[in-house]
Amino acid sequence: MSILIDKNTKVITQGITGATGLFHAQGARDYGTQMVGGVTPGKGGTSVDGFPIFNTVEDAVKETGATASVIYVPPIGSADAIMEAVDAGIELVICITEGVPVLDMVKVRKYMEGRNCRLIGPNCPGVITPGQCKIGIMPGYIHKPGPVGVVSRSGTLTYEAVWQLTTRDIGQTTCVGIGGDPVNGTSHLDVLQMFEADPDTKAVIMIGEIGGDAEEQAAAYVRDHMTKPVAAFIAGATAPSGKRMGHAGAIISGGKGDAASKKAFLAECGISVAESPAEMAEALLKVWTP
Amino acid sequence: MNIHEYQAKAILRHFGVPVPDGHVVYNSNSARDWARRLGEGPWAVKAQIHAGGRGKGGGVKIAKTADEVRQYAKDMFGMTLITHQTGPEGRIVKRVLVENGCNIADEYYISFLVDRATDRVTLMASAEGGMDIEEVAAKTPEKLFFEAVDPVVGLTAFQARKVAFKLGFDMPQVKQAVPLLLNLYKAFVESDCSLLEVNPMVKTAEGNLLCIDAKLNFDDNALFRHLRIRDLRDYDEEDPMEIEASQYDLSYIALDGNIGCMVNGAGLAMATMDIIKHCGGEPANFLDVGGGATIERVTEAFKIILSDDKVKGILVNIFGGIMKCDVIATGVIEAAKQVGVTVPLVVRLEGTNVDKGRALLAESGLNIVSAEGMADAAEKIVKAVNG
Repeated sequence: MSILIDKNTKVITQGITGATGLFHAQGARDYGTQMVGGVTPGKGGTSVDGFPIFNTVEDAVKETGATASVIYVPPIGSADAIMEAVDAGIELVICITEGVPVLDMVKVRKYMEGRNCRLIGPNCPGVITPGQCKIGIMPGYIHKPGPVGVVSRSGTLTYEAVWQLTTRDIGQTTCVGIGGDPVNGTSHLDVLQMFEADPDTKAVIMIGEIGGDAEEQAAAYVRDHMTKPVAAFIAGATAPSGKRMGHAGAIISGGKGDAASKKAFLAECGISVAESPAEMAEALLKVWTP
Repeated sequence: MNIHEYQAKAILRHFGVPVPDGHVVYNSNSARDWARRLGEGPWAVKAQIHAGGRGKGGGVKIAKTADEVRQYAKDMFGMTLITHQTGPEGRIVKRVLVENGCNIADEYYISFLVDRATDRVTLMASAEGGMDIEEVAAKTPEKLFFEAVDPVVGLTAFQARKVAFKLGFDMPQVKQAVPLLLNLYKAFVESDCSLLEVNPMVKTAEGNLLCIDAKLNFDDNALFRHLRIRDLRDYDEEDPMEIEASQYDLSYIALDGNIGCMVNGAGLAMATMDIIKHCGGEPANFLDVGGGATIERVTEAFKIILSDDKVKGILVNIFGGIMKCDVIATGVIEAAKQVGVTVPLVVRLEGTNVDKGRALLAESGLNIVSAEGMADAAEKIVKAVNG
């Protein structure tokens, strides 16, 4: 088992004829993902490197039976692309695009209310279930199938955690990059609930950042409901207040969301907090034996 | 992106929000002339910098005569204004706003922002205007009122009325507050703000509502559809190195330490700063070269890091995913040669083609210390810099 995606997941790429979209569609296919086609308005009926192209997501779903979509559409059209996928009945939408306006995402969240669809991202590396399905821009080979779930706002910092696990011969069930934007589709809390419900996930690494209080909400869930051990790292202990650290969400404002208070709360909730980003796997091994 | 108060007020005026009549000036004579043109006095003379808390630092004065306006403006031009938001270095005043004063009866706080917990634009209001709102939130949260806005319907009149009554307004002010709040919301969404703050909004002795201060921050991701707002960017208010970096799509923020960092990915870049500190060092900057770092961008990143005199060593931390490590290594070597790196350089590479990358660095003949893992890298650079 795993969460969100597995070897049976059929995926389409929105924005497949762009350089980035095609590159990562090929990468996903090479990894073994069932990448069944793509969408580029105006190029329906043609194909690119063996991927059939459709004009609309609706057409793509009808022809391929895809249940997941990954979006590489530029920021100006990202919100529209997400809503098109939602409307077409796609169950899992993963938006990789960085730079989507926040108010566009506010509308998207409203649009998605009451619909049976999960959005991951935007501004995220994607989701991978090692050995089965890779949707996104992460390097596949650093992962390994196994029992640890990983959830993070950041891309390369996730790779760092995964690599620390893999080099210790510990594999992962699913790794989810939820993205660094202030308004996104899926929170740390959502993913922890999925890991808790997944019988194959035995332990979890959660990687957070300064800004907001999503990590605190997730920690409260760990304290009150989670039976599996959780380790965490919070990036940004050295970040000054009021400066945006790359991710739009990573900003300490009004004295809220700083790393020290987040770490303290996580520890209070029974999470094993890594003091250094080099010790994420070790922090997990303190509370869990594979 | 931030803009000045006078620019924010111009935008609010455009949306029908009542703000005092005023004009920005660049010298003291013109301050006096504009004061005469604006009215009879008194006037507010306000230093324009991108930071709050100006009053306490002498950046806001009330003048009774036009000559006083001139004198206050003269005092402000060129002064280094230090407030709790500028940092100890302060900001040099280059623009001054002269505007008509008013008789203040009561002060209120109004803001709109995107609430991450509800994914909605939220109106926040308090009758504790003019105060530090964070203090109000911490000490007397019951004095803060919230209304989450449905993004499809927008702020509704009944929500605005609810807030107006909670603020303690009588009917004449409620009637003014409703369109005022609706227009503020309109300004927020139509300009893609990330924060709109009016502190204070005042009730004048005559019973009129007026926004006498205004702060607007914009969502950088949405500036592509607001070219007029983008043009309001004041480069004098920004760190020159951060401006330089942004031209190469590098995300750079200057810090106080002496270890320069070059990293791919925002999360890993923050974590790299953290581990330097954890090992007893101090990071000189945050720098994310992004996922598609080219030789040119790596070179520019090096130049920017080295233009900071405080930098006594550099740590490069790259987790090559899609980026291949041999490409990164080539970039680092090229950049080091071009720029002439004279401080210790520790490079940690991991990911795709890592062996090729490390071999290239070893064979380059450059004085590059190779590191395995983040901890090793941080320890090596801290040792090299601190001795």
